[in-house]
Amino acid sequence: MTVNSEADIAGRYREFLGRFLGGIEVGEEENIFQTGVVNSLFAMQIILFVESEFGIAVESEDMEIANFSTVNALARFVRGKQAIGAGA
Amino acid sequence: MSGNPAPPLDTEALNVAAMLAWIEGEIAPRADRYDAEARLPSQVVEEMGARGLLGAAIPSSFGGSALGARAQGRLCEALGQASASALSLYTVHSMVATALARLGTKAQRQSWLPRLAAGTVVAGFALSEPGAGSDADGVQTSFTRDGGQVIVTGVKSWVSFGQVANLLLVIGKLDGRMAALLVPTDAAGVDIEPVTGMLGFQAGMLATITLDQVSVGADNVVGFSDFGLAQIVGLVLDQGRHCIAWGCVGLAQACLEASVAYCSDRVQFGRPLIELQLVQEMVADMMAETHAARLMCVNASKARDARSADMIVRTAAAKYFSARCADRAASAALQLHGANGLSDRYPVQRYLRDAKVMNIIEGSTQIQQVVLAQHAKSWTRMSREFA
Repeated sequence: MTVNSEADIAGRYREFLGRFLGGIEVGEEENIFQTGVVNSLFAMQIILFVESEFGIAVESEDMEIANFSTVNALARFVRGKQAIGAGA
Repeated sequence: MSGNPAPPLDTEALNVAAMLAWIEGEIAPRADRYDAEARLPSQVVEEMGARGLLGAAIPSSFGGSALGARAQGRLCEALGQASASALSLYTVHSMVATALARLGTKAQRQSWLPRLAAGTVVAGFALSEPGAGSDADGVQTSFTRDGGQVIVTGVKSWVSFGQVANLLLVIGKLDGRMAALLVPTDAAGVDIEPVTGMLGFQAGMLATITLDQVSVGADNVVGFSDFGLAQIVGLVLDQGRHCIAWGCVGLAQACLEASVAYCSDRVQFGRPLIELQLVQEMVADMMAETHAARLMCVNASKARDARSADMIVRTAAAKYFSARCADRAASAALQLHGANGLSDRYPVQRYLRDAKVMNIIEGSTQIQQVVLAQHAKSWTRMSREFA
């Protein structure tokens, strides 16, 4: 399994957010769930994006707000999952 | 041109072909009777299980067929064309199976998925309540922890096949958050009351289910997380939306075929109705819109098979368009049949009644419009992909 750098993951995630949020920019440590632009439907779209873009499986136990709340948090989460997959 | 025979179809295509033939040959001719009797015979339910239809969406490691979205869509189209009530069984059963496959623990998957695949357990989805329909977050059913158990109290409305389901996936509030819980219908405190007098899906065997201090193991909680409502709406309802979108294509196709057949035979003013231009207008509209609805569903299925983040919105768009298409097609079909269309000797009155239901279930037409509008800014890019 490919293990991307956190910077790469963060960059691709910001690009995804830009496409879906109509150009709204989100800071790397800004909680997207507190911006008022993200609803429950979009939360599932984030999970789908993460799975298809980075080749990981988001398990039920991974679905904690903390793993997805900011760009940096998501990057850390994804890299961690990839590292586990690569080491398996 | 080569004289060699065409290459054999792959296994998936063969299984789907056999299922389609069975649906057309066995369910379609009896759908009116199922409606009149307000039930899908148990033998039909068993046959749907034995033939693998109920396991279509379930991973093969658990005895299912693991069909992709496109193949599932084809099945749902056929079911929608044959019997909306039979489509309803597949829809809710696959919603619960999808929830377990995606969110369930290893023990839950191993315990339930093989039986769901075989159809020896029939599943129902219990979300709506007397006070919570489109507003799914408004459910009042409570899940209260009690040692190693969870106590369930609440009332669930419009549970499709609730009259015969062995297992329910019940949506309620646990620790203040939305949660899903597996509840066997033979548990103490589960009261099932058949719902009668429905406009459409009359063989859908709906029930109102009262859960009075029902106690189940805490290991029956499915996928409890911070994303409670998102998981349920984005995953479970999304599966249902895809099924119904394709089912509406089938329903519209049924209206079109019934209309062409009737208008080709019916002679008025010395000629078959099909030769009259106002009739041709209605038939042409049905043809074009049914085809458009089918292509939107194909688009959604492609996105689902690619696990694209777009799949939820594309599915919402497909459901929205297909349901409205089915409603218009059924209205036109009944009009084309004249007074005969008002009689239960012809299926078009059933098609119209079922089309009305299609515009309300799995997210009403208005809810789909709200979802679509929320993605207006990203739609231009989305609409050019997967074309």
